Amino acid sequence: MNQIDPVPPAAAPRLFAEGVTIGYDNRIISKDLSVAIPDRSFTVIVGANACGKSTLLRALSRLIKPAAGRVVLDGAAISSYPAKEVARRLGLLPQTSIAPEGITVADLIARGRYPHQKLLQQWSHADEAAVIAAMEATKVTELSHRLVDELSGGQRQRVWVAMVLAQETPLLLLDEPTTFLDITHQIELLELLDGLNRRNGQTIVAVLHDLNHACRYASHIIAMRDGQVIAEGPPREIVTAELVERVFGLPCIIIDDPIAHTPLVIPRGSIPKT
Amino acid sequence: MSNLGLPAGIDFGRPIRSLRWFGGRVSLRFDIKTATICLTLLAIALVVALVTLASGDYQVPLPDVVRALLGQGEGRIHMVVVEWRLPRTALALLLGAALGMGGAIFQSLTRNPLGSPDIIGFDAGAFTGALIVITLLHGSYYAIAGGALFGGLVTALVVYALAYNRGVQGFRLIIVGIGVSAMLTALNTWILLRAKLEVAMAAAIWGAGTLNGLDLDRLFPAMIILAVLMPLAMLMSRPMGQLELGDDAARALGVNAERTRLALLVLGVALTATVTATAGPIGFVALSAPQLARRLTGTASVAILPAAAMGALLLAVADFVAQRAFAPTQIPVGIVTVSLGGIYFVWLLLREARRQ
Repeated sequence: MNQIDPVPPAAAPRLFAEGVTIGYDNRIISKDLSVAIPDRSFTVIVGANACGKSTLLRALSRLIKPAAGRVVLDGAAISSYPAKEVARRLGLLPQTSIAPEGITVADLIARGRYPHQKLLQQWSHADEAAVIAAMEATKVTELSHRLVDELSGGQRQRVWVAMVLAQETPLLLLDEPTTFLDITHQIELLELLDGLNRRNGQTIVAVLHDLNHACRYASHIIAMRDGQVIAEGPPREIVTAELVERVFGLPCIIIDDPIAHTPLVIPRGSIPKT
Repeated sequence: MSNLGLPAGIDFGRPIRSLRWFGGRVSLRFDIKTATICLTLLAIALVVALVTLASGDYQVPLPDVVRALLGQGEGRIHMVVVEWRLPRTALALLLGAALGMGGAIFQSLTRNPLGSPDIIGFDAGAFTGALIVITLLHGSYYAIAGGALFGGLVTALVVYALAYNRGVQGFRLIIVGIGVSAMLTALNTWILLRAKLEVAMAAAIWGAGTLNGLDLDRLFPAMIILAVLMPLAMLMSRPMGQLELGDDAARALGVNAERTRLALLVLGVALTATVTATAGPIGFVALSAPQLARRLTGTASVAILPAAAMGALLLAVADFVAQRAFAPTQIPVGIVTVSLGGIYFVWLLLREARRQ
């Protein structure tokens, strides 16, 4: 399945990009790119640094406007929706976010409810229930009264994830959510996303750096290089030594993950010591 | 009527009540501490206002002041309290609140406690506009107000345009504003030096910001404009809070970042401009009120309502001092706010410097 099908299948997925050209100012990063996010999948976008994976995620979440082509959400161009309407269907955890000075955990998470609130309905039962559920899912309930500034990196990232969970969107996009976490917290977060995907059927799209994490958790991988999709499909079908070499320029062998039986990438590197 | 005033099921780290009425059609998160502090500040401001109304060359006992305000005062007391003194004191409360709101908006937008309209060039620009009308056109009060408005708005636009680089960042806005402000201050000094002495003195008093001699004719226009602007500012306070999460997060949560920022900028400028047009550039209230209020409420970032309450209190106190400190001589209230504000400003700079 190395071929990319530019036309979405008969029952179009909820979110796809159609012939988009995206970039910043005059620098084009992706040209005429078409990519579909399978419904209810855990999709992971992988690729070397500066391959355009974050840019694609930003275009899919309408943070940048394509110069050509369009991103389609639920059958209509994403740019045609009111901003709050998009935010009720699609959540995004950006790579960097700023916590206002002196904000408490619960206050920050509650701000994820903004797209559901109206002038007269600023704190409904649904808002309260969503915040409680999001805090439980990310195990930050005990931290709720603490200042975000005082938390460790891992705790803080869980709080930000809780904020996008409180948004209660069927589609959830995350830009490098594991980057600043230690290995334990990385796995914890991926397990959490996997659980959301399996239990609630939430569609997850994440940009990840670790190819083995992608193989382990993704149901669908999109591999990118130079702004183009090189391959996409389930990890077991597409992740081969040739692909890794093409996408990352990394000589490696692929073995069977003894636990999940997904592909496990072993870099060849230089001659082993001893 | 369900769940009235029950504690929220979430520990926000401060006393919060979930208020829900009409079967959930109206709901809000009620912050008890913030509300208490706002009400307390307003109550103190009102007491200061009452004392100001009572004192002067002609002392009126407080009970008589209250009776006069309720429309039951005898003729002479009614004239002194309601006709002579009330417009000025009401303006002090109203304009103080407007300055607090304007300052809160600018500080939130720039994410910086220094990002207030008086620091980023608006006041200097308004003074330039007024000076040109006073010295060259010899305009009336309304012409001066118009000139100040025009000068302030043009300066705000120029600062915004100079700071614009794929959107506007707070720090750039402050630096550009300080630069433009310095140039305009030089220009203002030059205009004053070239003007005739009497004209220059009148202009200098206007430039300090004064409530002296403000009457009902000045109160009503300001009241009508602020009656529109203040509710709008309160409506914008929620998207304003979202914007503090950073543009990406705010946009992902359904806030149109650039449009919201522009709307807030226009509101902040309009609030400040109304004050400047009415009483001249009164410095330091917009700068200090939001931060002082925040210190009391202990909330994240600055909030519009507490800043308004604190602004009203600050200007009411400053006006009392301006009237009574050197009585019978009345000094411009702007001189009082600048003196008090200067101390605050030095403290703020020291604190910021220590944190870096």
